[in-house]
Amino acid sequence: MKKNLKVIFGILIGTLTVALFVGILRNSNFEVLNPAGMIATKERNLMSLAAILMLVVAIPVFVMTFTIAWKYRASNTKATYQPNWDHNTLAEVIWWGIPCIIIAILSVVTWNSSHELDPSQSIVSSKAPITIQVVALQWKWLFIYPEQGIATVNYLEFPENTPVHFEVTSDAPMNAFWIPQLGSQIYAMPGMSMPLHLIADKTGSYDGLSANISGAGFAGMKFKATSASAADFNSWVESVQQSPDALTSYSYTTLAEPTINTPPTSFASVPGGLYNQIVMKYVMPMRALDDASLNGMIMNNNHIQ
Amino acid sequence: MNVLFGNLTLSAFQHDPVQLGGVVFMFLGIIGVLGLITYLKRWKWIWTEWVTTTDHKKIGVMYIIIAVVMLLRGLMDASILRLQQVLSVGSSNGVLTSDHFQQIVTAHGTIMIFFVAMGLLFGIINLVVPLQIGARDVAFPFLNSTSFWLYALGAVLINMSLFVGEFAATGWLAYPPLSELAYSPGVGVDYYIWALQISGVGSLLSGVNFLVTIFKMRCQGMSLMKMPMFVWSVIGSMSLVVFAFPILTATLAMLSLDRFFGMHFFTAGMGGNPMMYVNLIWAWGHPEVYILVLPAFGIFSEIVATFSQKRLFGYKSMVWAIMSITFLSFVVWLHHFFTMGAGADVNSFFGIMTMIIAIPTGVKVFNWLFTMYRGRVHFTTPMLWFLGFVTTFTIGGMTGVLMASPPADFQLHNSLFLVAHFHNMIIGGVVFGFFAGITYWFPKYFGFKLNEKIGAYAFWCWIVGFLLAFVPLYILGLMGATRRLDHYDPSMGWQGLFIVSGVGLMIIFLGVALQILQFAVSIWQRKQNRDLTGDLWNGRTLEWSTTSPPPHYNFAILPVVEDRDPFWVAKEKGAPLTSRHYEDIVMPKNTPLGLYIATFAFLFGFAMVWHMTWLAIVGVIGVITVLAIRSFDDDTHYTITAAEVAHIESGAHHE
Repeated sequence: MKKNLKVIFGILIGTLTVALFVGILRNSNFEVLNPAGMIATKERNLMSLAAILMLVVAIPVFVMTFTIAWKYRASNTKATYQPNWDHNTLAEVIWWGIPCIIIAILSVVTWNSSHELDPSQSIVSSKAPITIQVVALQWKWLFIYPEQGIATVNYLEFPENTPVHFEVTSDAPMNAFWIPQLGSQIYAMPGMSMPLHLIADKTGSYDGLSANISGAGFAGMKFKATSASAADFNSWVESVQQSPDALTSYSYTTLAEPTINTPPTSFASVPGGLYNQIVMKYVMPMRALDDASLNGMIMNNNHIQ
Repeated sequence: MNVLFGNLTLSAFQHDPVQLGGVVFMFLGIIGVLGLITYLKRWKWIWTEWVTTTDHKKIGVMYIIIAVVMLLRGLMDASILRLQQVLSVGSSNGVLTSDHFQQIVTAHGTIMIFFVAMGLLFGIINLVVPLQIGARDVAFPFLNSTSFWLYALGAVLINMSLFVGEFAATGWLAYPPLSELAYSPGVGVDYYIWALQISGVGSLLSGVNFLVTIFKMRCQGMSLMKMPMFVWSVIGSMSLVVFAFPILTATLAMLSLDRFFGMHFFTAGMGGNPMMYVNLIWAWGHPEVYILVLPAFGIFSEIVATFSQKRLFGYKSMVWAIMSITFLSFVVWLHHFFTMGAGADVNSFFGIMTMIIAIPTGVKVFNWLFTMYRGRVHFTTPMLWFLGFVTTFTIGGMTGVLMASPPADFQLHNSLFLVAHFHNMIIGGVVFGFFAGITYWFPKYFGFKLNEKIGAYAFWCWIVGFLLAFVPLYILGLMGATRRLDHYDPSMGWQGLFIVSGVGLMIIFLGVALQILQFAVSIWQRKQNRDLTGDLWNGRTLEWSTTSPPPHYNFAILPVVEDRDPFWVAKEKGAPLTSRHYEDIVMPKNTPLGLYIATFAFLFGFAMVWHMTWLAIVGVIGVITVLAIRSFDDDTHYTITAAEVAHIESGAHHE
């Protein structure tokens, strides 16, 4: 009777816990598992494959742990007892061997997927990619659109089904640029320009995060990334080009001052080569470099990495 | 700058209410302990029996006491952090400022790794290793005392930052450029650097000490392949200490050169390279994980064999597994920053190396399971910790292999999924292992058993609390929640999970309270739980062949062994390991000089934090002077004559 009560109590607690989690998660967006772009989709599929392969080992481990422990409990005197049995070559070959095979499979998968999903790999598409330069500041994200000649703060927009070529750097402590539903986080570091290629399969608005601690305003350093139709994107670019503020080398120094919870801002124009100046000022601080020589140097270095 | 006080001004003592609460709590604790010692008139006893001791067993106990106090501090930090994350949603800003939240984040990680896990680690190694290899002490008892006091005063320094000034707000590894003067001008990072430098030197010296102890001081007949598995795991762990801690010391030294003298090792510009710091700190940091977990594996190997009343299955496999993990742990550090963009070849190399570690680790699990197979399994509290460990560690191992794949890591790195993973390994692996070890060996050192019932309740609180606290973090990570956030929008839908996680933490707290109760009740009822045999669990290894508690010289006659599990074999054969012929025993004398060295090192660290030049000079000269005094002291040992040994032993057996 007492044992039955315990079982009922256990089932009750279990059900309540599951119900609690279901209740809490009812409206949640599992962004990593709910991709909106090719890269994030492939990354999610890779996670699923790896998880399944590992369960091949993990499930037997769980089952064996509890069945063996229970079967050979001290009170079960009927079970075989061989206190000095401590070696079996076949058994040991099996449990060195099977994990080796699984890891060998996973290694091939890892090698291939690491190359396929390397952030510097450009995405093959019929549409020409759009370049967006990303600068982590204290504590906001600056997005420069060199092809459109505009810039935004804490707001990102790009056309759907078009490869986006991000170049990511920082003019502040190191940070990490991440749009979970599109995939592949990358560190934003001063003096480094990191390439990152992403694509959105559909229109929508996705959360953009800063993932690496960078000082007091770090938690408020987030943005919305909007994937729009080509027409909507073009009209958005035009509207930004009409906005009253322009980013100049001078106003950039003001912008780079630490601020927290910075609202989205648009700049109708941006000086050419601003991004390169930001990267190069950490690399060559001693020499005053004009834009022309900078651009030439970057061409020679084939993107500083 | 003031000549006397350096940069230290009265403003360093001004705190917000939450910090003030912590300070008051800390001082009440200190006053309480000091008052109790005074009330019981135990000052002389504390000094002669504990502070100045060179006995590895007492040093081990002191390590564990400090680690447990630090565990309470770390858990309180954790609960303030979680409270902030529960409350600080939308228009509410919770109880902490961002800066204070980030200081606590950093303190939590730093304290839990350096002062809790490392303290428990060295505590257990100190207690067990000399006895398991049939030795009377460690190779360098004075060095051992010095190491301990460096650890202890490192802990004092890190806690002083609560009261005087501030702590680093950079995350527990203090990545530059955030930790450089340009972005962290306060003293927080300096406290971080010097607390770790002081305790880190202690760890390095301990590493050397235990390697020499194991290689040179094993009793007659104990070849390497006859050592208990715990000793093998300590060889792995201490080798890693010896190779990895110099990297930490050098890296932090370079960071402090940047901060003190305006150098540019890791600054953002001027030729500095922050990525180099990240590489170096993880070249220490990844081995550190295995420094902690290998001895936990060793503890479980002892426990499973003992409580299954059966030989450890696959001894040679286990040794090879430990040694391959030791080697591999040095070639995986880059998996902590796949998102730094090293390129596909480099990333996949480190990803595959990381996955390979899963093989020897899995082998160990299977060997433990087959140790139970055809055994007689007694479900004591240490075995409960073992079963809890297998469950949680397997989950942690899976999520670890998942993140070892670089493209998967791109989507999980720096998220709460990662935070859940490493807590899974550190709590489910390391902490459970050390708790199991403490419960298992406690009767050996105190002569009475810990209350099994309360111990089992504590275990259930820990495992349930652990799952409730960290499963939500895995889920939050998949929802895109990043780590170290002190505020978020309600639209993210994270609050409910943070609340569940907080409830889990409360249950863990209950578990800790039960563990403290377990100690109190067991000490209270020690007469009923006394073990007079010295071999409470029907043990297998040498530590169970001597009395509980062991005499300060451990073994009246050094054992001679012929097999693995020598004590088990001797009991089977009915042949004792030792004769009754006593000889003179030479033991190290007590000395306070280790404490003095550590105190001067502490003064030096404090002086460097606040730029008090004169005090730094005093600290350096002090350390050198004490070392010189010690090196001219020839009278460091004393002899217990054979007659005295015989007298002590006859008493021990007739108690």
